[in-house]
Amino acid sequence: MINKLIFAYFAAVIIVSAVLVITRRNPVHSVMFMLLLFFHIAGVFVLLNAEFLAAVQLIVYAGAILILFLFVVILLSVEREAQAARANRFWPWLAGFGVIIAGEIALLVLRGSFPGEGRLAVKVAGAGVKELGVELYTKYLVPFEIASVILLVGLVGAVMLAKKKTDNR
Amino acid sequence: MVPLSWYVLLSAALFTIGVVGVLSRRNVFIILMSIELMLNAANINLIAFSHYLQNLTGQIFVIFVITVAAAEAAVALALIILLARNRGTVYVDEFNLLKG
Repeated sequence: MINKLIFAYFAAVIIVSAVLVITRRNPVHSVMFMLLLFFHIAGVFVLLNAEFLAAVQLIVYAGAILILFLFVVILLSVEREAQAARANRFWPWLAGFGVIIAGEIALLVLRGSFPGEGRLAVKVAGAGVKELGVELYTKYLVPFEIASVILLVGLVGAVMLAKKKTDNR
Repeated sequence: MVPLSWYVLLSAALFTIGVVGVLSRRNVFIILMSIELMLNAANINLIAFSHYLQNLTGQIFVIFVITVAAAEAAVALALIILLARNRGTVYVDEFNLLKG
C-alpha cells in the first residue's frame, strides 16, 4: 500500500513536470522541470530495486546531460523567446492525437494481463550492483566495448562540429 | 506491491508527451529534451520488466541507452551551436534551406 502511494506521487510529479517541460516558453524553465523529472524517475528506479541505475540516472542525466543543455541554452541567447510562437500551427491536432495514442495504449494495457506478474511472489535475491557488474563484464562485454567507442565518437564529433573553422589549418 | 501495468501506463504517458513535444514545438532545445523524455520512458519500461521478470538484461540495456543518450546529446548540442551560428536562429521551421 505504501509502495502504491509512493509510486502515485512519483508518477504524478513525472507526468506534470513532463507536460511543463514541453509547454514552457523559456527553455531554462524547461531544463529545470526536466531536472525535477529526472530526480523522480530515479525515485521510480529505486522503487524497482535498481539502486545502481538510480545513481547513474542522477549522475549522468541530471549531472552531465542536463548541465550541457543548460550551458548551450544560456550560450545561445533567448531574447526572441518572449515574442516567438512556442508551437507550430498544428499543435492542437498533435495534442489530440497524443491523447488518443495514450488512451489506446492505456486501454490495451488495462484489458490485457502480463504473464510475468505472478512470478513476483517469490523474491529472488541478487539484483544488486555486483550481479549487474558480473553480467555486464561477462555476457555483455562486447556491447560494453562498443558503447565505449560510441562515447569516443560523441566526444570527437562534438569537438569537431563545434570548433570554429580557422584559415591556417 | 505496485502492479506492472502501472509502470507501463506511466511509461506510455511519458512517451506520448515526448512525441507530442517533438512534433509540435518550434524550439530545437525543447525537441531534444522531448527525445530525452522518450528515452526515459523506454528506460522505465525496461527496468520495470527487468524487475518483474527477475532478469538483469533490462538493467544492462538501460546502461547502454543512457550511454547512447549522452553521446547523442553531446553531438546534437554541437549541431545546434553550429546551426545557430550559421543561420542565427534556433527555431526548426526557419531552417528551410532545402525547401524547394
